[in-house]
Amino acid sequence: MAESTTGSTTTSITTTTTSLGPAAGTASGTGTEERTGTLARAVEVTRRYGDVLALDGVSLDIHAGELVGLLGPNGAGKSTLINLFVGLRRPTSGRMELFGGSPADAVRRRGIGVTPQETGLPPTLRVREVVDFTAAHYPRSIERGALLERFGLSGLERRQIGGLSGGQKRRLAVALAFVGDPRLVFLDEPTTGLDVEARRGLWDAIRDFHAEGGTVVLTSHYLEEIEALAERVVVIGHGRVLADGPIAEVQGIAGVRRVALTGGDLPELPGVLRTEREGDRVHLLTTDADALVRRLVRADVPFSDLEIRPTSLEEAFLTITARAPRDA
Amino acid sequence: MSLLLTHTRYQFLETVRVPIAVIGNGFFPAASMLFFVVPFAGDDPVGATLATASMMVFAVMSSGLFTHGLGVSEDRSQPWDPYTRTLPAGPWPRFGARILNALAMTLIGLVPVLIVAALFTEATVTPPRFLLAFLALLVASAPFQLLGLFIGYAMPPKAAIAVVQLTLFPMAVGGGLLTSPVNPPAFIDAVAPFLPSRGAVELVWAALGYGTPDTLTLVMFGVWTAAAAVLAAWAYRRDEGNRFS
Repeated sequence: MAESTTGSTTTSITTTTTSLGPAAGTASGTGTEERTGTLARAVEVTRRYGDVLALDGVSLDIHAGELVGLLGPNGAGKSTLINLFVGLRRPTSGRMELFGGSPADAVRRRGIGVTPQETGLPPTLRVREVVDFTAAHYPRSIERGALLERFGLSGLERRQIGGLSGGQKRRLAVALAFVGDPRLVFLDEPTTGLDVEARRGLWDAIRDFHAEGGTVVLTSHYLEEIEALAERVVVIGHGRVLADGPIAEVQGIAGVRRVALTGGDLPELPGVLRTEREGDRVHLLTTDADALVRRLVRADVPFSDLEIRPTSLEEAFLTITARAPRDA
Repeated sequence: MSLLLTHTRYQFLETVRVPIAVIGNGFFPAASMLFFVVPFAGDDPVGATLATASMMVFAVMSSGLFTHGLGVSEDRSQPWDPYTRTLPAGPWPRFGARILNALAMTLIGLVPVLIVAALFTEATVTPPRFLLAFLALLVASAPFQLLGLFIGYAMPPKAAIAVVQLTLFPMAVGGGLLTSPVNPPAFIDAVAPFLPSRGAVELVWAALGYGTPDTLTLVMFGVWTAAAAVLAAWAYRRDEGNRFS
C-alpha cells in the first residue's frame, strides 16, 4: 500500500516545499514572540500515567510555517504529546511552551486550533451551532459559510450532528480546528475513517492553510499521509523522539522489507533487523532485501516460497523502536 | 461573561433536545408527591405545605445529583469534553454553565411538584414566603450540586448512576423528606441532623414560616457543603491526570 503511492506523493512534497521558505513564519505577523520563530516547544518533557511512561524526556521545537508530521505506532506517545501542547494535560516533569507562555494559559491557546478526536461531536447540536460555539471563543473567526465550503459541508448548517455521515462528522471535526483563524493547528489523526476522495480534499485544505503561512502539527497512522503533507517528520516510539528530520530521511528509515521463506535453521545473516518464526515459515526484517537474498543464496541454505513485501508502517516502527533503547 | 452564557446555552440545548432526560428529572419528585403526600397530608394545610417543601428539596437533591453526577460522567467519556478544554477559555465558563444548567433543570423539576401541590393538596403560601422559599431552595441545592460534581468527575457513568442513587434515597429518607414532617419516626430524628438533606429542608421550612433551623443541623449542612466542595475540586483536578490517551 505504502509502496504503490510513493511515486505520486514524492511530487507533492516538492510542490509544497517550493511555496515555503525560511520567511514563511512572518506571514501571519500578529504575535510578539517572532524573535525566535518558535511557536511551541517541549523541553525535556516526561509524562507518566501511573506506572506507564508515555513520554520520556522529549524535546521538540515547532517553528512558524512548518508542517510537522508526528509518526509512530499506537501508544507511542503522539497523542500524549499533542495533549500536552494544547494544555489538556500537564507534564510530569519538563516544560511545555506555547507562543512563549504556558499552554495551560487560555490566552495562549487563542492562537491554536485543535481537532476533536474521532466522532465525538455532540449528536443533538446542529452543524451551525457547533461552529458558532467554537467561534465564540476566539477574537477573530473564519466566516461560517466559507469554512463549511472549504471542508465540503455546504448546505448542512441546520443538520443535527447525529444525522451526519461518518465522513461528514470527521470533516466537521477537522474544520473546527480552523474556525478561530489560528496560526498553529494540531490535527490528531485527521483523516481516520475517510475514503480516499475525502482524504485528498482534506489534504488540500491543510495545504492551503499551510501555503497561507499557517503552521501544522499532525499525527497519522498513514505513512502516505505524512509523505503527502509533511516536510519535517518526527518519529516517536516508546515515548522518545527516535528520528527528527526532513521527509527523505525518515522514508529511508521506513524502507524496511519483510523477507519470508520456508526453511530450516538459518545462519547468522548480517543486515537482519529482526527474525520471526511461524511454524517452518521464517520472516526476516531488513532494510536491504536484495543484499539479504544474495547472502541467502550464497550461504547455500535450502529454502522455498521466497516472498518479499514492504513492511507496514507499524512493523517498520516496531523494528526501529525495538532498536531504540540500545541506540539511546 | 459572554462565554459563560455561550456554554450555558449550548449545554442547555444539548440537554433539552433529549426530552426524556427533562421528563425523568421531574418525574420522581412529582410521583413521590402523589404517593406519599397527597394521600396522607393532603387535607392538612400545615402538613401539606411542609411536605410539599420536603418534596421540593427532594427535587433539588435529585436534579443536583443526577444532572452533574450522570451528566459530567457521561460528558467525560466523550471526546467532545476534552476538546472544549482546548478552547481558549478557563474552566469557569464550563463549570458555571454546568451549575446554571443544573439550576434550570431544578426549576423544571419543581414545576410538577408545584402543580400537584396546588391541585391536590391544601398547601398554602403567601407570595413573599414563596419567593423566600425559592431562595432557600437555591441555597439548599449547593451541597447536592457539589456532591454531583464530585461523583461525575470521580467515576465512570455506570458507577455514577449507582452512587447517585445510593446517595439520593438514603439521604432523602434519613433526612425525613419522605416521612411525615410533623411526627417523624424515632430513627429519623436520630440520623437526620447529620445529613445535608435535613439542613436543606429546615431552611426551606423556615423560609415558609415554620420553625427555626436547628443549630447542629445547620452546622452539619455547612460541613457537608464544604466537604463536597473540596471533593469536587479534588476530583476535577485529578481528572486531568488519570485518563489515558
